[in-house]
Amino acid sequence: MTSFWTLFSKELLRFLKVSVQTVAAPVLTSLLYLVIFGHAVAGRLQVYEGVPYTSFLVPGLVMMSVLQNAFANSSSSLIQSKITGNIVFVLMSPISYLEFFSAYVAAAVVRGLAVGAGVLAFTVWFVELKLEAPLWALAFGLLGAGLLGTLGLIAGICSEKIDQLAAFQNFVIMPLTFLSGVFYSIHSLPGFWQALSHANPFFYMVDGFRYGFFGVSDFPPGASLAVVAASFFVVSLLTLGLLKTGYKLRH
Amino acid sequence: MRALAGVSLSIGEGEFFGLLGPNGAGKTTLINVIAGLSRADAGAVQVMGADVVSEYRRARSMLGVVPQELVFDPFFSVRETLRLQSGYYGIRRNDAWIDEVMHHLDLAGKADANMRSLSGGMKRRVLVAQALVHKPPVIVLDEPTAGVDVELRQGLWQFIRGLNRDGHTIVLTTHYLEEAELHCNRIAMFKAGRVVALDSTRNLLRMFSGSQLRIRLDREELPAPFPGEVVSRDGTLFRIKLGNYGELETALTRLREAKVRILEIELQPPDLEEVFLRLTGQS
Repeated sequence: MTSFWTLFSKELLRFLKVSVQTVAAPVLTSLLYLVIFGHAVAGRLQVYEGVPYTSFLVPGLVMMSVLQNAFANSSSSLIQSKITGNIVFVLMSPISYLEFFSAYVAAAVVRGLAVGAGVLAFTVWFVELKLEAPLWALAFGLLGAGLLGTLGLIAGICSEKIDQLAAFQNFVIMPLTFLSGVFYSIHSLPGFWQALSHANPFFYMVDGFRYGFFGVSDFPPGASLAVVAASFFVVSLLTLGLLKTGYKLRH
Repeated sequence: MRALAGVSLSIGEGEFFGLLGPNGAGKTTLINVIAGLSRADAGAVQVMGADVVSEYRRARSMLGVVPQELVFDPFFSVRETLRLQSGYYGIRRNDAWIDEVMHHLDLAGKADANMRSLSGGMKRRVLVAQALVHKPPVIVLDEPTAGVDVELRQGLWQFIRGLNRDGHTIVLTTHYLEEAELHCNRIAMFKAGRVVALDSTRNLLRMFSGSQLRIRLDREELPAPFPGEVVSRDGTLFRIKLGNYGELETALTRLREAKVRILEIELQPPDLEEVFLRLTGQS
């Protein structure tokens, strides 16, 4: 277990040493989204009955921060280590592929949740918010961060250059996050787009997380949790397979 | 492209073993296979009896590798780097040994300096320290003195030789042949992924490289017949390659009998560089 804890601590230290960039900056970005969208849309749109738009928006923004930062943590750490070559220190050590996986994903979860908590901590001062089912919110937060941390690992393993990773982030992660219902309810979409949204696993994470706050969601939270858990399981198996074979890590 | 082909060798416990060969000969690939950074298509490698694939945890815990490239993690200080490295090997509270290693490598004054701020030579020292934090019985040094100043080089060798005396097995690749000649008991020479020679340093020197006699005479001709092989001639200065010391005695006798006066004489011992050049076909 010492090997796991060491790699986990190293990954935590890595982002905490540059916390202005890795925690404070994404918190500020989310607050800017809240200010701009809240100002532009609030008063013109009510998604759930009795819930102001800004209140509706906050859990979505929190979850978006959690997901994006969990992805960014594992992917950027791994690609930096690959490019600078210091990944050899981990690869030459007796750390197992399971410990490697767990340490990177756990650190990604911590960063995702830290940024999410930061966004929440600032927004509760301005926006009225209740936590109707905190355990649901926690479950979706943990599983969502785990899933994105794992996707970040895959992106870091497969990428050999920063721009390959950026392409993964810009063409996969960003669209799936923005089209997951962070800023709207999918019930407001036309039928085709509503159906398409159900194929986006990010939708279940955001919708389920929002259920934790309002006790209302577009999709039954139990089913959403099952989708997210199944996605996490499948993606984890794939990642463990890549790590076990040493794909693009050991030549 | 095949980087290694048909390589079969065994390194005994406590040996100081050299892997020599020109660039691209396969030395670093072999080290990468031993360290688990590369996977061999066929064959097996064991470290102290542990297979590097099926028993990788045991094999890697007995191995300390100093990589050829100057790699480092810019987020951490020297001490943090060494603590993390200890932790990867399952060792907690390793500060006493870390301090000792830093002391031997003259790193104590830089313990809290960020890795980014260190010079190339200092970074090389940290790489050596990282390979030693878990006190591995087998230490692999891939070009450990490349780009390192003379002072550090001497200190480093003193430390490594001390580890070898304490029973650590040392495997070394170097481009400085005099280092291999000075330290290694046994040497494998690589060419195009194959071992072209594997023997004790002494035998390699004896087999492939004879002593060279540098002699200046009072005339421009050698008495015939004359033992050995004339390598070069510059007026009255001759360089003669001798197969053995017996030929030296014959040479001196022939000169005396021919009444040739010796103005200067020097016997140069066998040289690993010559062995290297002959075996790798670069001469």
